[in-house]
Amino acid sequence: MIREPKPVRWVLRLFVICYVGLLVLWPVFLVAQRTLSPGWQAVVSSLSSPEVLLGLRLTGIATFWSVLFNLVFGVGISLLLVRYEFRGKRLLSVLLDLPLSVSPVVVGLALMLVYAKGTPVGRFLYGIGYQIIFATPGIVLATTFVALPLVIREVVPVLTEIGDDQEVAARSLGASGWQTFWRVTLPGIKWAVVYGVVLTLARSLGEFGAVKVVSGNISLQTQTATLVVQDTYQDFQQQTAYTVSLLLTLAAVLCITVVALLRPKEKLS
Amino acid sequence: MTAVAELDPPVEAAKRKTGKPYVESRRRLGTGSRVGLGVAVLWFSLLVLIPLAVVVGTAAAGGAGQFLAALTNAQTLNAIGLTVVVSLAVTAINVVSGTIIAWVLVRDRFWGRSLLNVVIDIPFALPTIVAGLVLLSLYGNNSPLGINIANTRWAVALAIAFVTLPFVVRAVQPVLEELDVDVEEAAACLGAGPFATFGRIVLPSLAPAITSGAALSFARGISEYGSMVLLSGNLPNRTEVVSVRVLTHIENGDLASAAALATGMLVIAAAVIVALDVLRRTVARRDS
Amino acid sequence: MSIEIVGVNKSFGDFAALTDVHLDIPSDNITALLGPSGGGKTTLLRIIAGLEAADSGTVAIEGVDATGIPAQKRNIGFVFQHYAAFKHLTVAKNVGFGLSIRHWRKRDVDKKVDELLRLVHLEQFADRLPSQLSGGQRQRMALARALAIEPKLLLLDEPFGALDAKVRKELRDWLRRLHEEVKVTTVFVTHDQEEALEVADNVVVMNAGRIEQSGPPVELYDEPASRFVMSFLGEVTTLDHHLIRPHDIAVHTEPVPGGVAGVIVHWQRIGFEVRIGVRPQSDSQDAPEIAVRLTRTLAHALGLGEGVRVWLEPEKGATVIPALEAVRPAA
Repeated sequence: MIREPKPVRWVLRLFVICYVGLLVLWPVFLVAQRTLSPGWQAVVSSLSSPEVLLGLRLTGIATFWSVLFNLVFGVGISLLLVRYEFRGKRLLSVLLDLPLSVSPVVVGLALMLVYAKGTPVGRFLYGIGYQIIFATPGIVLATTFVALPLVIREVVPVLTEIGDDQEVAARSLGASGWQTFWRVTLPGIKWAVVYGVVLTLARSLGEFGAVKVVSGNISLQTQTATLVVQDTYQDFQQQTAYTVSLLLTLAAVLCITVVALLRPKEKLS
Repeated sequence: MTAVAELDPPVEAAKRKTGKPYVESRRRLGTGSRVGLGVAVLWFSLLVLIPLAVVVGTAAAGGAGQFLAALTNAQTLNAIGLTVVVSLAVTAINVVSGTIIAWVLVRDRFWGRSLLNVVIDIPFALPTIVAGLVLLSLYGNNSPLGINIANTRWAVALAIAFVTLPFVVRAVQPVLEELDVDVEEAAACLGAGPFATFGRIVLPSLAPAITSGAALSFARGISEYGSMVLLSGNLPNRTEVVSVRVLTHIENGDLASAAALATGMLVIAAAVIVALDVLRRTVARRDS
Repeated sequence: MSIEIVGVNKSFGDFAALTDVHLDIPSDNITALLGPSGGGKTTLLRIIAGLEAADSGTVAIEGVDATGIPAQKRNIGFVFQHYAAFKHLTVAKNVGFGLSIRHWRKRDVDKKVDELLRLVHLEQFADRLPSQLSGGQRQRMALARALAIEPKLLLLDEPFGALDAKVRKELRDWLRRLHEEVKVTTVFVTHDQEEALEVADNVVVMNAGRIEQSGPPVELYDEPASRFVMSFLGEVTTLDHHLIRPHDIAVHTEPVPGGVAGVIVHWQRIGFEVRIGVRPQSDSQDAPEIAVRLTRTLAHALGLGEGVRVWLEPEKGATVIPALEAVRPAA
């Protein structure tokens, strides 16, 4: 392994600490400081405003469904991609990555063009009693869309690596497909699924652009927590904006810490 | 969020990593799995493919003239110019800083390194609107540093630099970790000093990872929206980026123009994904 | 003396990889560092190359103290077990790497590379990438790359360890012939005693960070300095409290003075050879079986078979050392 000369190593180290410090650590720290400086009472009172409570509730609902849908879909499609051979597999595998690089605003627009009340599909769904756009289902769809590939990206590599020897063995011992899945396959990919879920959770909690488009951003009706941050900040209710931001930041940091702590363990086993 | 930075479609990445012959476990679809695949593809189509196709369809429905008119509107052109130029510039910065960060994380040992490793992921996990707010606290009008760049083009660059920070780092880091130490020692025995070894042996091995990190970073840069909202002020012709322009069109009910612009962004997103797929195949062949 | 190693110590954490190693390696020879894995041979090789720094002691190469000189200034060729190919460079660029680092003109580099590729029989692969070569070809490329800089010393770390048995054998013969052509002082590490005895002019046996014995292969085989060297260089068995090689035991069907009486309990025929196990008839019931090897013709002539009573004694001139001697300190 090459060792850079000592001064070079110090320069690089210093650069990295400054860059990451100035770009990420210090700003995040400042938000925490400004949130907490007026004292706990201000924090609690801004959290208990109806706008914030509704926003957190909506974010919770969207996150719940996004995690559920993406968990089932993600594990299912990963199994199909790794264990089966079918036409168009490579195309599907590439397309599954698309939601990660599409702008959230475009995601919102796309869902709107299909499911808004004025479109054929939207009109039909509205006719049977479902409003998608400017309502909770739209928020759920947008959130699910943007977090779609995360479970798949975690599960597929693990599934490929463990191979299907154990599954074949279980089958040969008389286990049914279902039993094989629950008793052999799932325990093997358990941690990958956990990471995928945590990542999906973090992404879903934080979605902003797509949700802004499909929800219509109606105060006290379709505003999620992130939309509340924008609204309150621009409304000069900075304390509320900071408090919700800190809450979301803590959730994000918790998620990445969980993943960071879980990851090395898997390597040891 | 490490997942986001990985360059390959997962199946291929796993194949490369494990080096396992991938044929072993391939099975034909049975009835049950056929139904499963059908349901999955239906869901994926309803959620992702059809809506995106409708965006392209809506853009095409107005004809080439309207499409071009939507794209060449002066304000739109300014937004495109700003977005592309800033994304490219930030990507260039990420190529250098991301490679250095990955290098330090893998090769250096110092107190706080593992904390740093976690901090790198914060921009992935942080809601973009919160990212804007966070940056505003250090670079807005209350800045303890005395720097106020809110509502300037610098703010656009700062927001993009923040949200794209992890891409190059997370693409390069695993490759650097897996790099064969023997190879560097072989170069040393052949007379290459640390800088020659880095430039002629290590860097070329990292090049594909750096490229893919850069591509993802660029794609994310041009599609960024949330972190701009509070930070850049969205001033027309000055700090307005493409995503904001799309949103303005949506809010004004001009869905055709929104779709035209969105189609342009989709093309770039798709181009990046395809380019990465091609790159991955080339590298896999070389490293086999 | 080409390489003089004086009082070298090296430890990794609590593990002492090398303990007070003194060794002279002669010029223009092939020397094998032989020993079990974890014995310190690779560490010693890496210290000679400058890839690892000794905790104490000195290494002099051709009379010049090299202890503080970094690897890139030592002009030593090093071949790695897993080839260490530069994957993004063609075979020709791999081989020419050291020369272009030395700022040779392109024309001269091409000429030298051409010459070397011919030497290692890879001339038709010049423009391929390493991934398009077999393991044996990659290792030959690595060898050409190491030789390109005209090193004063060629070091090989288990060079054939990653190859399959047949290629291994071929490359072994070829390395020997190559050495006749390119007279460069060569040191290679191996844990395969056959490889060491066959290829090297000089064998250094290492164990647990110490040098057990060094000398020409025949000398080591015939006059092992310790039980470890004796048992590492070939099969051994215990006869009358002495270590002896199974084919150095004479078998009689009549009692002989001083002979060890016993009964044949195992019988295995492999090609021309017969391997038998003899249970000695001694006071202690758990005395270990004695392994004996003899040719099938001799075994037939004596009328041997399972259950036959025999008397065993060492052949004349056999290498014998006491079985219970204390392990001698390193030479």
